Amino acid sequence: MRHIISVLIENESGALSRVAGLFSARGYNIESLTVGVTEDASLSRMTIVTRGSDNIIEQIIKQLNKLIDVVKVADITDGSHIERELMMIKVDAREKAMRDELQRLADIFKGRIIDVSDDIYIIELTGEGEKLDSFVKAVDEKSIIETVRSGATGIARGKKSLQV
Amino acid sequence: MKLSGAEIVIQSLKDEGVEYVFGYPGGAVLHIYDAIHNQSDVEHILVRHEQGATHAADGYARSTGKPGVVLVTSGPGATNAITGIATAHLDSIPMVVITGQVTSAFIGSDAFQEVDSVGISRPCVKHNFLIKRVEDIADTMKKAFHLAMTGRPGPVVVDIPKDVTDPNIKIDYQYPEDIAIRSYNPTVQGNQRQIKKAVELILAAKRPVIYSGGGVVLSNASDELTNFADRLGFPITQTLMGLGAYPASGKNFVGMLGMHGTYEANMAMHECDTLIAIGARFDDRVTGDIEQFCPHAKIVHIDIDPSSIAKNVRVDVPIVGDVKHVLVDMSKELKLSKAKTDEKALDSWWKQIKKWESGNCLRYDKNSALIKPQFVVEELHKVTNGDAFIASDVGQHQMFAAQFYGFNKPRRWINSGGLGTMGFGLPAAIGAQLAHRNEMVACITGEASIQMCIQELSTALQYDLPIKIITLNNRYMGMVRQWQEFFYESRYSQSYMKALPDFVKLAESYGHVGMRIEKPGDVNSALTEAFAMKDKLVFMDFVTDQTENVYPMIAAGKGHHEMHLQAECIPAQSSDRELA
Repeated sequence: MRHIISVLIENESGALSRVAGLFSARGYNIESLTVGVTEDASLSRMTIVTRGSDNIIEQIIKQLNKLIDVVKVADITDGSHIERELMMIKVDAREKAMRDELQRLADIFKGRIIDVSDDIYIIELTGEGEKLDSFVKAVDEKSIIETVRSGATGIARGKKSLQV
Repeated sequence: MKLSGAEIVIQSLKDEGVEYVFGYPGGAVLHIYDAIHNQSDVEHILVRHEQGATHAADGYARSTGKPGVVLVTSGPGATNAITGIATAHLDSIPMVVITGQVTSAFIGSDAFQEVDSVGISRPCVKHNFLIKRVEDIADTMKKAFHLAMTGRPGPVVVDIPKDVTDPNIKIDYQYPEDIAIRSYNPTVQGNQRQIKKAVELILAAKRPVIYSGGGVVLSNASDELTNFADRLGFPITQTLMGLGAYPASGKNFVGMLGMHGTYEANMAMHECDTLIAIGARFDDRVTGDIEQFCPHAKIVHIDIDPSSIAKNVRVDVPIVGDVKHVLVDMSKELKLSKAKTDEKALDSWWKQIKKWESGNCLRYDKNSALIKPQFVVEELHKVTNGDAFIASDVGQHQMFAAQFYGFNKPRRWINSGGLGTMGFGLPAAIGAQLAHRNEMVACITGEASIQMCIQELSTALQYDLPIKIITLNNRYMGMVRQWQEFFYESRYSQSYMKALPDFVKLAESYGHVGMRIEKPGDVNSALTEAFAMKDKLVFMDFVTDQTENVYPMIAAGKGHHEMHLQAECIPAQSSDRELA
């Protein structure tokens, strides 16, 4: 099953490679991994999307907790949560019909055209991975020049929070 | 007190109460070596190869329970130390390894003797540090020792660039009294509810087995374990790493378990209804085929490392905590409990076990005209009263030592169980002998293993270490040969050493005493003579039977009931179960 694991980790050089190294050394799969700063400058927050049986996920969480730099770990897919991913997609928009179609699609998916230049549009879209997949499918394959996705990040709903 | 970085490194070691640092100098650590030269509190032991330094520190740690300390230079110094660090890591041995690093400004420039020591060691340490400022040395050293010694112990690497130890930059020094790491709080005390549950399960057991491992040794819980097993009257088996925690001569001991464990221990595992795993990690050499592991048992598992629990085997009652604390709490709970053990069921369980024992699975030919390796180990036990520190290398001789020496005390059996590092024995014996100057230390090895760190004979001479080296010389890499005989139709590919040194002359050229023993009748007298030389290292080259195999044996991936036994022993059968 797919799980989203949130990790609070000391903001130190090498911390990321400890996590990445753990996943490769033990053969765990990583679908995506994102890291960013938090309101506390000494901590980074990592979101790892992984797949595995319950046993594997249990081991992943235990092994992450075992890393000395890791302060807290939570599997946010355990409870109700919100997940988002950012995508920017660069498309060929030479023909008017295509431009109209892109505008319409962007509206339907609640995306925005954030750059227009030399017959090229860049569209920004956020949402769950599936929504981004559907958008990519909806756009004419031949017109896609480049896509870039941030990987998923997520947060638990309600009072639950990952704090020191 | 104003000190330079180099002086702070050494002063921190003093403040940690470190007696010995095992090392080898080189460019990046020269400032530190200069600081060593100017003091006498911490004795530096100069090895002949950095791998030897790590194994010696490891042997010191295993035989004392104190952390082993290593100092090596950057680049090849650090990479040579890796095998020893990984060895310590897999057996959870506390160690602090200081590696020199090139000057900060050169890091990342492929400078002379530069490697990414933190990167290279990361997968085989408990934690590691790169110190960037002289102000951070004291705190980092404190953290390193704290991490190495607490929780599940392990090696910690501290990488220090040369400029950080500059003798011209002096700062105020104060060693922290204690240190808090917010992300590191190992659970020591077991959960009381879980302990209660475990005790209920234990008292209801009809066919119980205690399976204890290296965690009991690491936690110094040998007395607690012995009381626990004796009070309950339960059979106890120990892993390769756990030997000695419960005495081999103890009435409840049924021998080692696993790939080369006894028939009775493995059969008891297979047939038990309650398994109490204490400080053991269900290693594949112990469990055999996971699918067939303890098929009838409810399992209690005590371990300080939560990630060890339910990693390989599902567990019914997990208890995370320090083995010693948990055993103390369990004993209290046992006293309080109204329920008693089922004596009648235990009686018939023991009858069954004695029946398995009666086959004498460790039998070997005592009338052979050739020296049997098992015989040498048994005679060694006699000559040393079973009271020596035994460091071993890896292979058949290691298994013979484990099966036949009969360890009655913890920390006497020093071997590389997890990583299986050939070359471990001699340097580990050096560490053990330094820690126990007046005790008997022997290294049981083979002619293949001993050659992997043989240069340390020179170290042993320099520090007057009267180690007794027991080489079981069968001219083969014995365990490789055994597997080739069993699983490759006796195609002995590259396991025979056609050219071997004359070990007697070799020992003599290193300044030691050498002996060659070729007849079974000479074994005892030679050992007696060697141990009588109290101030000499004696290298004993026992020419043994080339065809001897280690039995019993469970082939990799087979179940506990599928043992190979010697031809003359009883056949292994899972069906000879006559239980009440």
